[in-house]
Amino acid sequence: MICPSCGNLCDDNEVYVEGNKIVKVRTECAISSSKFLNYNKERNTKPLVRMGGQFKPTTLDDAIEQVARMLVEAEYPLLYGWSETSCEAVKKGIELAEEVGGVIDNTATVCHGPSILGVQDFGEPTCSLGEVRARADLIIYWGCNPSSAHTRHMKRYASLSKGRFRLPEQKKVVVVDVRKTPTARNANIFVQVKPNQDYELMAALKMLLGNEEIEEQEVAGVPVEQIEELAELMRSCEFGVLFFGLGLTMSEGKERNIDGALTLVRELNKWTKFAIMPMRGHYNVTGANKVLTWQTGYPYAVDFSRGYPRYEPGDTSAVDVLSRGYNDATLVVASDPVATFPKDAVKHLCSKHLAVIDPHISLTAFMADVVIPSSFIGIEEGGTAYRMDGVPLIMKKVVEPPEGILPDVQILDLILKRVRELKKGR
Amino acid sequence: MEYLLKNGYVVDPTNKIDCERKDIAVKDGKVVESVDESRAKVIDVKDMLVMPGGVDLHSHIAGSKVNIGRLFRPEDHYKDYEVKSGVRRSGVGHSVPSVFTTGYRYAILGYTTVFEPATPPLKTLHTHEELNDIPIVDKACFPLFGNNWFVMEYIRDGKLEECAAYIAWLMRSIKGYAIKVVDPGGVETWKWGGTVQDFDQEVPRFGITPREIVRGLVKVNKMLGLPHPVHIHANQLGVPGNYKTTLRTMDAVKDLASGDKPALHITHVQFNAYGGVDYLSISSRADDVADYVNKNPHVTIDIGQVIFGDTTTMTADGPFEYKLFTLFRGKWANTDVEVETGAGVVPITYSRSNYVHAVMWCIGLELALLVNDPWRVFITTDHPNGGPFIEYPRVFSWLMSEKARERVLKRLPRLARVRTHLRDIDREYTFYELAISTRAATAKILRLTNKGHLGEGADADIAVYNINPKEVNPSLDYKLVRQAFSRAYLTMKDGEIVVKDGEIVSAPVGRTYWANTRAPKDVEDVVIPKVKKLFEEYYTVRFENYYIPESYLACSAPIQPLEPAG
Amino acid sequence: MVKFTLLTGRSLVQGVGKEAGKFSEKYIQEVSTCQIDPEDLRVLNVKPGDCIKLTTEYGSVVLEVAASSLVHRGSVFVPYGPYANLLVGTKTGGTGMPSFKGISVEVEPALGESVPEIKELLTKTYGRVK
Repeated sequence: MICPSCGNLCDDNEVYVEGNKIVKVRTECAISSSKFLNYNKERNTKPLVRMGGQFKPTTLDDAIEQVARMLVEAEYPLLYGWSETSCEAVKKGIELAEEVGGVIDNTATVCHGPSILGVQDFGEPTCSLGEVRARADLIIYWGCNPSSAHTRHMKRYASLSKGRFRLPEQKKVVVVDVRKTPTARNANIFVQVKPNQDYELMAALKMLLGNEEIEEQEVAGVPVEQIEELAELMRSCEFGVLFFGLGLTMSEGKERNIDGALTLVRELNKWTKFAIMPMRGHYNVTGANKVLTWQTGYPYAVDFSRGYPRYEPGDTSAVDVLSRGYNDATLVVASDPVATFPKDAVKHLCSKHLAVIDPHISLTAFMADVVIPSSFIGIEEGGTAYRMDGVPLIMKKVVEPPEGILPDVQILDLILKRVRELKKGR
Repeated sequence: MEYLLKNGYVVDPTNKIDCERKDIAVKDGKVVESVDESRAKVIDVKDMLVMPGGVDLHSHIAGSKVNIGRLFRPEDHYKDYEVKSGVRRSGVGHSVPSVFTTGYRYAILGYTTVFEPATPPLKTLHTHEELNDIPIVDKACFPLFGNNWFVMEYIRDGKLEECAAYIAWLMRSIKGYAIKVVDPGGVETWKWGGTVQDFDQEVPRFGITPREIVRGLVKVNKMLGLPHPVHIHANQLGVPGNYKTTLRTMDAVKDLASGDKPALHITHVQFNAYGGVDYLSISSRADDVADYVNKNPHVTIDIGQVIFGDTTTMTADGPFEYKLFTLFRGKWANTDVEVETGAGVVPITYSRSNYVHAVMWCIGLELALLVNDPWRVFITTDHPNGGPFIEYPRVFSWLMSEKARERVLKRLPRLARVRTHLRDIDREYTFYELAISTRAATAKILRLTNKGHLGEGADADIAVYNINPKEVNPSLDYKLVRQAFSRAYLTMKDGEIVVKDGEIVSAPVGRTYWANTRAPKDVEDVVIPKVKKLFEEYYTVRFENYYIPESYLACSAPIQPLEPAG
Repeated sequence: MVKFTLLTGRSLVQGVGKEAGKFSEKYIQEVSTCQIDPEDLRVLNVKPGDCIKLTTEYGSVVLEVAASSLVHRGSVFVPYGPYANLLVGTKTGGTGMPSFKGISVEVEPALGESVPEIKELLTKTYGRVK
């Protein structure tokens, strides 16, 4: 069973089903266990529409109608989310956004969007996770905390894994972070960098690799001796991998931090084999970006208002669209921006028509005008999803969803059909 | 639906028809002997060129590395976009177009079949998802085997039957069509940061040479009766002096050929036909390569022609792409895939004034013009490596007109003209030869018996070009040739009109072909469980999750391989 | 009022909690609790379990505080969620990404105040004025 939680997309969990219920899960991951056993709690099973400030149950047809009308009547709707659903659903979302001339964005916009921007400037020397397991003797976790966010990463793919050419005892782990995270506690080396100064540290490493001397005693709060040691470790390994996370994308500098990391790894390839990989969060955020790219040419923040795909992060990205008040309606699918977006963006989101397709009453659903319940990919519905390293997997269905609950892709298809009918009528 | 295309000049080399006035009758998606004119829709294509739809056997249109190219080159898309209209979805283009645009543009060129020539098995679901989304054209993909751990170990240990069983299982599990080899042994070497310098050099930790890998795979291909020869991107691509490796590669399997049937297809040979010792002295050895091909019927080639302008290189040849990056210091993407292969992507601009690029440009055309038999040399640009496929008509015009070539030649650096042979070649392709090289022969080498021709029973994949072959002299009016082939007057797919006067009018779903390969059951029964055991150790996905169900293909079209030889 | 640096981020409990539902006690408890180094708690004169008020240029919120020696001196860590986001601005600098980490924040004790209940907080802050 493939777990629909995080970007590890572990496919070796065992799930025991009795009747139509998951009764037991055999997994090493607490998040996975919680997902498989708790997904049905706090779940919404009725289409809801807000009337007089309160939610009232309604029929699916009515809910679909309201969402379709909302999208057709909007001048510039935002279709946001897409990271916790199947690729099939994302394709429908793109078709819908194109049909209504809106802007479609996914959660990467507040997560690894800057990483994508960095890749668009410099490219990306990377590999699949099996390569890391097989060959890597140096693993660096920079600005990420897999012990908390991708719990099986080290055991399945990295420092604690057994590879064909490399046993766990032959692998060294370095953690670079602003605080001593749980991951750092288990590392061979912990480098504590001052907040917002990762770029300086990377620049120092590049200087040392380029045989320059550093005049300062310390850079970014790290003593130069420690930086020299790290540079030497990186240069002399046989196969190094740099995993990075939101510590880099969200700190000051944002995509420039990623530029720093990408060019550092690029430089290292002069001496040895080195790869870099972003730690993608949601289990199909990678898939959503991939589908957007092959269907529109752009990975996120895609605007269709002129009838063709346009891409301008900073202008067509969700937080900017919201904080500048560009959009006049929003459809949120498989994500929870009220929980993840800054306050002013959420304010605008809630002040306009808001429809949500989600299995839970998420915080966003709580604020919405229309809520359509959907099924869980990887449990109640199959579909394709992409692991953080781009390996695609087919999610499985093991139980039936509750009566009347459809998967995202079908709901979106119904909305699309209705949208087309309404447009014809105009 | 019945159609009658009347009064056109048909070029159908498979059936030996050369610019003859002939009517083509179409019924239920097939070319038929005749239709009832009173019932059929009659389309007057008077004096126009009627050909089978184009069959492109090598074009990077779908999959992980193509998508990386799309992703990290937004600048490739900004100026070239398509607005949504009618049946046509919106999209972006140039060298790495989005999927809808890819299908539409191929159809507008009059192509109806396009094969993705390199897919990493582990990520082939991705390839199929993209292929599913490419409208109109029929397609397939070639899985990569030349750096696969299982394959290298089987061949090293002399276990060819087991290797065949493994490949059969893999081919039908991931719905692939043919055995593709890229830089045999070289990508595994690159995973340790090295490169293969020699065809007989051992791959680190595997104790096998590229020669042995290639020979082993050619033997297995025969055993399995796959519909296409082993399709190989030779070692040392892009390296001055590499023509020697190319000759050795072709020669390495000469003894394995059966009769006149090709045993090996070498792809984008332009990149592998270099003389000289470095980029300052790089020269054309297309004559040596062409000479070998002329004398040895066991090989076929495609040219990989360079087009001046901006494009994107992408290939499983990771080490080559790194080398390219060190030359240009621009963007570089690399992605190694566990157990199997790798890939690299680097943007490039081919420039007329650049000596090396000028030599490369000459070599591609030389190969097409010096190989005598058009049934064994195919016109490609290795899209997008040499240039975007939308420039195919430009290549046609160069091949058909010495004058067109001269126009380009005289603007190239003098030394490039001296160190190549193109200026001395006056051969010009005819429409007949063009049709062979882009349709009839490619369909034949892929064993697509219903394609590439317009005989009775063929799939009604037809392209009509608004050019009168009896009146137009392609040698002089090469611009008309280019224009005509850039926008088909009519493209028909399975008997449905998809392009009318250069516009998309319908976008049906194309088929995805794959080889439903099997090895003898008793061998598979022993081999596959062993593979399953090793899977956990080698891969980070489970054996059960590797398999792609047929239902994931939008329109699955399995091909039964021939009975295993011997 | 003491100046700190605000870091927001993932935590294991936040991840496990969100799978149990965003209104579950587990999730809400986790995302409405901030972490500060024990020495810094002494400087602020608060104990673990007390309420403190965080104020950035974008907004302010009252959270429960926990001690954690994993947090850098001078930083306060708040797990991702609706509480943290009251303190985050929308300026993306043309990148699409707001600044979720490394924000300047002022911290003071908030004895007598309590952490706002989630539904009330959402309704009050984001209102239903249409």
